[in-house]
Formats: sequence, C-alpha cells, structure tokens
Amino acid sequence: MKITLDWLKSHLDTNATAEEVAATLNRIGLEVEGMENPAEKLKGFRVAKILTADPHPQADKLQVLTVDTGDGAAPLQVVCGAPNARAGLVGVLGTAGAVVPANGMELKVAAVRGVESNGMMCSSRELELGDDHDGIIELPEDATIGQDFADYAGRNDPVIDISITPNRQDCMGVRGIARDLAAAGLGTLKPLDVPSIEGAGEPAVDFRTDDAEGCPAFYGRTISGVRNSAAAPEWMLRRLEAVGQRSISALVDITNYVMLDLGRPSHVYDSAKLSGTVVARRAKDGETVTALNEKDYVLTSNMTVIADDKGVHDIAGIMGGLESGCSETTTDILLEVAYFTPEKIAVTGQKLGLSSDARGRFERGVDPAFLDDATAIITDYILKICGGTASAVKRSGTPPVANKVIAYDPTLSATLGGIAVEPARQRAILESLGFGVTEGDIWQIAVPSWRRDMDAAPDVVEEVTRIVGFDNITSVPLPRADGVAKPTATTEQMLERRLRRGAAAAGFNEAVTWSFISEKEAEPFGGGHWTLANPISEDLKVMRPTLLAGLLSAAQRNQARGATSIRLFELGRRYFADGERPTLCVIMAGDKRARDWKNGKAAPFDAFDAKAAAVELLEAAGAPADRLQVMDAVTEGPIWHPGQSATLRLGPKAVLAEFGALHPSLTKVFDVDGPVMAVQIFLDAIPAKRASGPARAAYTPPALQAVRRDFAFLAPEGLSAADLVRSIKGADKANITDARLFDRFAGQGVPDGQISLAVEVTLQPKDKSYTEADLKAIADKVVTAAAKSGAVLRG
Amino acid sequence: MSDIEAMKAQLVGDIAAAADLETLEGLRVATLGKAGNVTALLKTMGSLSPEERKTRGPEIHGLREAVTNAIAARKSALEATALDAKLATETLDMTLPASARAVGSIHPVSQVMDEVAEIFADLGFAVATGPEIEDDWRNFTALNIPETHPARAMHDTFYFPEDRNDTDGNRMLLRTHTSPVQVRTMMSEKPPIRIIAPGRVYRSDSDATHTPMFHQVEGLVIDRGIHMGHLKWTLETFLKAFFERDDIVLRLRPSYFPFTEPSAEVDVGYKQEKGRRIVGGHGDDDGHAWMELLGSGMVNPRVIANCGLDPDEYQGFAFGIGIDRIAMLKYGMDDLRAFFDGDLRWAAHYGFNPLSVPTLSGGISA
Repeated sequence: MKITLDWLKSHLDTNATAEEVAATLNRIGLEVEGMENPAEKLKGFRVAKILTADPHPQADKLQVLTVDTGDGAAPLQVVCGAPNARAGLVGVLGTAGAVVPANGMELKVAAVRGVESNGMMCSSRELELGDDHDGIIELPEDATIGQDFADYAGRNDPVIDISITPNRQDCMGVRGIARDLAAAGLGTLKPLDVPSIEGAGEPAVDFRTDDAEGCPAFYGRTISGVRNSAAAPEWMLRRLEAVGQRSISALVDITNYVMLDLGRPSHVYDSAKLSGTVVARRAKDGETVTALNEKDYVLTSNMTVIADDKGVHDIAGIMGGLESGCSETTTDILLEVAYFTPEKIAVTGQKLGLSSDARGRFERGVDPAFLDDATAIITDYILKICGGTASAVKRSGTPPVANKVIAYDPTLSATLGGIAVEPARQRAILESLGFGVTEGDIWQIAVPSWRRDMDAAPDVVEEVTRIVGFDNITSVPLPRADGVAKPTATTEQMLERRLRRGAAAAGFNEAVTWSFISEKEAEPFGGGHWTLANPISEDLKVMRPTLLAGLLSAAQRNQARGATSIRLFELGRRYFADGERPTLCVIMAGDKRARDWKNGKAAPFDAFDAKAAAVELLEAAGAPADRLQVMDAVTEGPIWHPGQSATLRLGPKAVLAEFGALHPSLTKVFDVDGPVMAVQIFLDAIPAKRASGPARAAYTPPALQAVRRDFAFLAPEGLSAADLVRSIKGADKANITDARLFDRFAGQGVPDGQISLAVEVTLQPKDKSYTEADLKAIADKVVTAAAKSGAVLRG
Repeated sequence: MSDIEAMKAQLVGDIAAAADLETLEGLRVATLGKAGNVTALLKTMGSLSPEERKTRGPEIHGLREAVTNAIAARKSALEATALDAKLATETLDMTLPASARAVGSIHPVSQVMDEVAEIFADLGFAVATGPEIEDDWRNFTALNIPETHPARAMHDTFYFPEDRNDTDGNRMLLRTHTSPVQVRTMMSEKPPIRIIAPGRVYRSDSDATHTPMFHQVEGLVIDRGIHMGHLKWTLETFLKAFFERDDIVLRLRPSYFPFTEPSAEVDVGYKQEKGRRIVGGHGDDDGHAWMELLGSGMVNPRVIANCGLDPDEYQGFAFGIGIDRIAMLKYGMDDLRAFFDGDLRWAAHYGFNPLSVPTLSGGISA
C-alpha cells in the first residue's frame, strides 16, 4: 500500500516529516518497505520563460533561445529543437548538472552545432510526466519563473510504501493509516467530511441481492447525465499517479481514489449496457465472464456474481466485467457499494487465481458500517467532476455490523504484553483508535466496525502495546530450574548425533539433499510413496524413498567438477506411506586412496570398505556389534550388486544396515562413473540401549597371559567365513575369547572347489596356566566345531 | 713394573685398539677364554705360596678386572659406532608426504542445529520433532489459519493429491513451518512446556535467496505468567550466545501472525563490513542498520484452546528462526543454494570437524 505525505496530511493534522512518519509506522506495526520522493528526480529542473527565439545559424530545425531562469542573473542561452519553442513560452528548464529522468543523461554546458547551450527545455516524456514528446512543456503564463519544477508541479511529495499485514484491512486506505498515526501521537485525525446527497427518485436500474451469504448488502444508486470524458481534478490524478495508479477515466479514477483513500472498493456500471434487474447471485456452474483484464473466467456455483437478465457483469468483489465497464461515452451509470463476505471472496479469488485491489480489501473484510457514507462520498465526487443527477439510494440486504465487545483486564498489558501502561494512557490509546472503553475491574472494550480482526483480550493488549512501542518491553529472564541444566536430548536425538559425527569422523562429508526427487530417480527404488500435487518442477516431485538418489546426484555433480574421491553421507528421512524413517546413507566412489610415493597406484573403494563403514557406524550407534549377522541383501529392483552386498541384522527381521557395491545399472541412471559403494543404516531398527546407570559390569584384567593358536581348515568354496568363525568362537566359551580369520586362499595345494581358511584363536586361562592336555582338549573342540560347519582341519 | 703390570698395559692397549667386534672377540678368547693367558694366570693362583699369593693374587685379579672392563667398554663403543653407521643408512626424506587419513565434515545446518540445541538446553528447552508430511489441520487450522485466511495463500504450500487426505479428511501437505510441532507438543504434553523444534520445512518458492526446502527452528514456552518480556529476554539471550557477542541489540516491531497475539517481528542491528553483514550494535547507530531476523509473539489463546489446553490458565510465547539464515550470518556463506548441492569443495571449506562439538564449556562456535 503506497501513500504520499501530502495525501496523508489530508486526513492527519501534523507537521511530521516523511522520515518521522516512516519511523512511527515501523514502530506501530505498519512496516515501511520503501520511501521515495519523486522530487529527487526533478532536481535541477525549474520553471523558466523564453525571452527570445532566433534561428540557429547552422541548423534549420534548431533555435537559439534566451531564457529567464528567474534568479535575477543574465538570461541563459539554450539551443532547442522543439517546434513549439517561442518567445514568451513558460516551460521547464534543466540546467547543467540536472539528470534527465527519462534517459539518465546529465546535462552539461556544451556547444550544439557551434552554439553554446547552457541547458535544455524539456518535454513531458523527458521528465517522465507523460508520453508527449511533440514539443516542450507549456506552463500557464502565471507560473512563478524560477520556482523548482517539482514544487510547482506538486511533486515534492514523498511516497511511502507500506506492507499491510492481512489483519489490518482498515489500513488498506490512507485514512486508516492516519488514524493509527494519530493514536501514536503524530498528529490529530481530521474529521471525515461526509456530504449529504438525497438524490431523487428510484434508481433507473433496479438491483438487489439474492445471495445473502456471499453478498449480504448491495447498496447503490443510479446517476444519469454524467460526462465520463471530464478529467478528474489535478490533485486526485497526481495522488493516483504518485502511488502507481494509472488514470483510466473520471469514473474509474474516482472509485479507485476512494478505495485507496478510505479502503472502500466500489463499482460503476454503464447503465446502457445493462438489461433488466441487476442481481447479486450465485453463478451457475460453467457460466463465463470476460473481466476487465480482458481474460475469460469460468465460474462455479459457489462464486457470487453481479448479473442482469443477459449475463454476468461482475465477479463480485474481485473484478468487473469488460462489457458493462464505463467508457468515454457513458452517460448513465449504476454505482454499486456492496458488502461481500470475506471468506467467499478469498475462496473465489484463490480458485480463479485472480488478484485485484478490490479482492485484497474485501477478503480482509471492509468496514460493514461504511456503506451509506461511502455511497455519499463517491456520489459527491461523481456529481462534482462528471455532473449528472443522482437517484435516491437503494439498500438491498443488511451489512453484518458486529458490535463486538471484548472483556479486557488492563493489567494484561503487563502480564501478557510485558509493558505496564497506566490505565488512563491505555484508555486514551484505545479511544484514539476508535474503540469504546467502559472501565471497571474488567473493562468492556467496544470494537469499531472497521476492526474485524479484534476478538479477544490479547488483541487489545497488542493495540495498547504497539502504540506505546515494543521498545518499551523490558527483558525478564525465564525462571531457571535449580542446579545444572538437565540433559534434554532424547535417545533418538543422541543416536542421530553419534551417527552423524561418527560418519564424519570416519571420513565422510555430510550433505543435505532435497527431500523430493524426480519420478525417474525414484523408479529404481520402486517409486516414491508421496507425489506432490503441485511440484515446483519435475525434478522435485516425489518424496524420496531412499537417500541414495540425492547422494548419487551429488556424486555425479562432484565428478563433473573433477572430484576423484567421493565420500558423502546424509542423515535424513525417507518418506513412506506409514511414516518417515530416519536413515543414514553413505556413498563412496572413485579413489579410496590417491596414488602416492609409498603405495604406488591409486586404490579404489571396494565392498569391504562399505562393510567396514557399516560396522564402525553401528558400533558408534551403540548397536550390539558382536551379535550382528551378515545376511543376504534385501533386494527389490536393481539397487545392489547381486554378489557384493549384504545386510547386517539382529535376527532375520531386524535389518540394521545394508552395505556393499551398488548395481551398475543404478549408478548409470544417475550418470555416476565407476563402481559406487554404499551403506544405509536404518536408525529406527537400532535397539535402544537399556538404561542401567553409568556403572559398568565388574571387571578385572586377567593376570595370566592369553595364548594364541592357529588352525587351518579346508572348506567348500561356498562356506560362509563368518559362520565358521562364529562356530569356532562358540566351541569353548569358557576359554575362547576371540577367533579371527587371517587368511583365505584358493589355488595351488588346495583342491578344486575348496578354500583354505586360517583362523587365529585366542585362549584366556583363568586361575592357572594351560597344560598341554588342556590345550589339546580345546583344540579338539575347535576342530569338532569347525567340522560341524563343514570345514576340515588341514593335515 | 712387574710382568703382570706390563701384561695389563699391553692387553688393555690391544683391546682399546681393536678395530671391530670380531677382533675384540678374538682378544677376549685369547685373554679370558678357556685357554686365554689371563685365565692361565688365574689357574696359577692355587700353586702359589701364601706369601706370593699376597702380592701376586691382587695383581692377577686386577689384571682380569682391567681386561674385562676394557673389553666391555670397547664392545659398547664398537656397538654404538655400528648402530650409528646402520642408522646412517636408514635416513628418510622426512619432507615426503605422510599418508593422510580422509577427514570428513559436518554440514553447517547440522552444526548450527547442535549449537542451538546446546544453548537452549541450558535454558531448559528440550528438542521436539514432528513429521514433515503434515495435515492441513496441524499446519494451518489449529494455528488459527482457517482455509479462507489470506495468510494461508501466502505460504506457497506444497500439497499432496486429495486422494491422500487423512482419515479425518484433512489435506496432506509438506509443512510450511515447524509450528505444527507446537501443536503436537501442546496436545501431548502438560505445561510447563519449553521446547525447540528444528527441522526441514518447505515452500513452493525458488530464487536466489529462497529454496523450496529450508530449515527452521521453532521455540515454544507454555506456562503460567509468561509474557513478552520473557520472549525478548529469551531471544536476546539466545542470540548473544549464538553469535557470541554481548552487543546484540534487538528491535521488536508489532506484526501479524495468526498463531500469535501480540505478534512481533524481531530485527537485529548489524553493520556491513567487507561486503558481509556483521551482527551487533544498535541498528540506528552510525554505519549500522536493522535486518529482519525472525518472527515471534505470544501464542494466540485460540491456538492454546485448539490444542486442548486452557488459555485462561496458560499462556506463552513462540518464535521461528531460519537456521540456514543464521548459519549464513554467523559463518559467512552467501549462497543458500550451495547448502543443498553436496559439493565436496564447499563441504571442505564450510563444513565442521566432527570433533568440534559445541559445548557450553568449550564454546558454542566451532
């Protein structure tokens, strides 16, 4: 919402500067988005009179002028090409240093075809005052020579752009802003001058509302014999132009002016284009109208329209129809001043995707008690500017004037608003904003008809405290619990923190990628479970069922930038039909180790790097790493390499992690080069550690030294190394504390279809050292256990 | 000089002159070995008369001791020389690069979330979370934004198709702010409530300074007797701790959010230094200005009632801050889009070492 200082002063008696106004507006909650004075652009341009005009000696189309600049000095010589330049003309002179608004050119003293020119006589277009460039501006002869043109033209009037929050429809007109400023002590609100215009006779066009829900009140009158070709007065046009409202015709300018001035939209129909009774009613499904923006709209039965016997003339409260709009030849009009229900306007506007100044006001809720006065004010302007004869006012329906009263405890300004304000001051503020105040233990606050946003005591607190100023709020510490602050993080949050920092400590870089991916990217993973109805683009459409997609895309981007070693991870959610699952995803691509002087060639990542990361992260997460089983991957679609991937589980159903090499057809979808290793850790599958207090189980390191024995086995190729090691570990739990596979070999010396597996077993004696017999007995158990899982001790 | 003294001088001299360990071993065998000359002299001791033993005995023992010591001394000298020579062959160019372990990094958004959680933990705020796929009741209606409210249109909401409506017929959407977590918390917990709710939020908006996904942290306090003064103190205290500056000055401006009443936009004073905004100082001071930082206010009694609490008994405040925004302000990133790219170069520059865990004792900033 733009206002000018001069316009504001038509409602507010004040000496405040534009800067003071802006500062006050910010302070009371009307945020100033910008301030500009059009006079700045007209600096250096002044009213001047041409004294003589002689032909230019070198050019037919130019003249050499002498110009009186009004400062008492000798007349200036100016070269001018305008056909209308002549002695005696009063126009606008730009002197050296002035910048022409239309083209940014700085004027200089310069020779034009050999004759010195000290400035420029300007056209309307050059000063951005209009399109006229046929000649220089001609001002009335009585214009004061030497006056700054900005002052002369009334353009020394700062424009303030204010962002009005959705609750403040009353400030969608200059008067409402003036009222707020008056309450804030910046001046006195002038009384609103409402003329009394009786009119005569019934309206020439009959109208009514049949839609009490959408249009509870339809007031109006007809005016005959108007001249729409008359121009609106200079001051009105100047104000409209200053706030960016283009002049259209006198009638439209008047309704626009009243809307901007008083926050009251209205509509004027050309009676000649109406037939029969004009009715506010629901549209019929499929009914169409061409609006003033020359676009066609298809309407539905929950939209309110203004229509006559022939069809729709107005999308009620949003935009008028093209057909019945006023033109230069319009002579008889119907003035509509209606109240439309805000909720209905909002829905209609959203459905049609149609914004307008009128909609912005009606959907916030215009003053329902300001129909008669608005009708009189608009009629008065029309009669004064366009002439004509007004009918009596007809009123169909009743606007919903609420007469709200709010119970208010004045101590709330302190106990809710944080500012103690004297009751007398509170009363004064509220009254200056138009509230009625009845004091008592609990005050009764009568809400003015234009404050639809007020409905409870906190609203009153805001009114009082915003006018006093939020800078008067004193900081008060929140009560603090005794002692040291207690931990607040939940186990899930701690799990996330440990995993995140664990992954970074393991050498991976955290990425944050979009939660939505394309359908194409989701497809290999079986598609997403949630697809946006209104995505911002096809690339960001499906809620990700996996974090791999985002990380693979990031890997591709990094490769495209020349990265040779990619270690990325993300900790975020996957989105399923039944909920959102926290997941950690790691990917590795390219070099695990760059080539170097010590190790030679670069080494790529392999599936065991993924396994190492999976196990390390699960340990960091506090999962029972010793109980994890390596099992087959859960493969749905070509995600993992069929022979180089697996899961880590606690039992068949509890999958804690997937790891391994990704399927080449998947990496191809994302255009990533080379093998890619990945890990997915499912945070919601990791069992929470039982809280047992900080104390650990009792433990004393054994006094006796551990004994190590190596065993080599022959086993069929398909035997799982992990199964063998687990069965050996379990062979004699009292003595065997660890078993570790340290060699795996196939080839020379090993029969075809078999492998050699070597295991180092650690034995921990308790009270006394092992005898040879003890060791023999344990070894026998190891061999027996290995045999059970299919491995035979090598001879 | 007796013959033994002369022999001692000779032998000690030979030993000291031994060029290597082999020669020395030869001398040891020749003197102290089974057939050595010193051993032979020792063997003569038994045949000596008591008189002779008194004089020659000590001489012979002295000889043995001197030879033994000389051999030990020479041996350790020769060994030291040999070790020096060996070490001299093992010289490495210590300027060669060591194999570097890969170093990972924490994303600034995560780091800042940890910082925020750490500061608010000291003020007694727990961290609450909620789903990102929300229903329009929790995202809008419960927060006093009815369907026809103009504010709902301002949110640029991502919706899911109507056939995904929940069982109550609510439209599903991507939460446009973290405020639905307020609703969830008030509906599931009894006051006093002090929470922050960080997380991803979504708006259908994309340009140089807006991304369709970004991060917010919501704060909520519900208790008896909470007022705007507590809100201001909490925000000041948080921002001073977060930016680690005591000169943080806030300007509260009345504003409008349907879920708070009164509502305040909070500006913070800053100055421009070398093309960057440096938070601190009074916005009206020379060279300073104000920038909008966050929205806040006293929770609207309608919202409290919608969530099943008694608004006559409880009141409180709420605020919402852009995490990406304060991360950029604090750590100097200037491009929001880069947050979501996964560029390893960016991560190396703006990411954080995993050991830089924000703590109150060690400092919030990494």
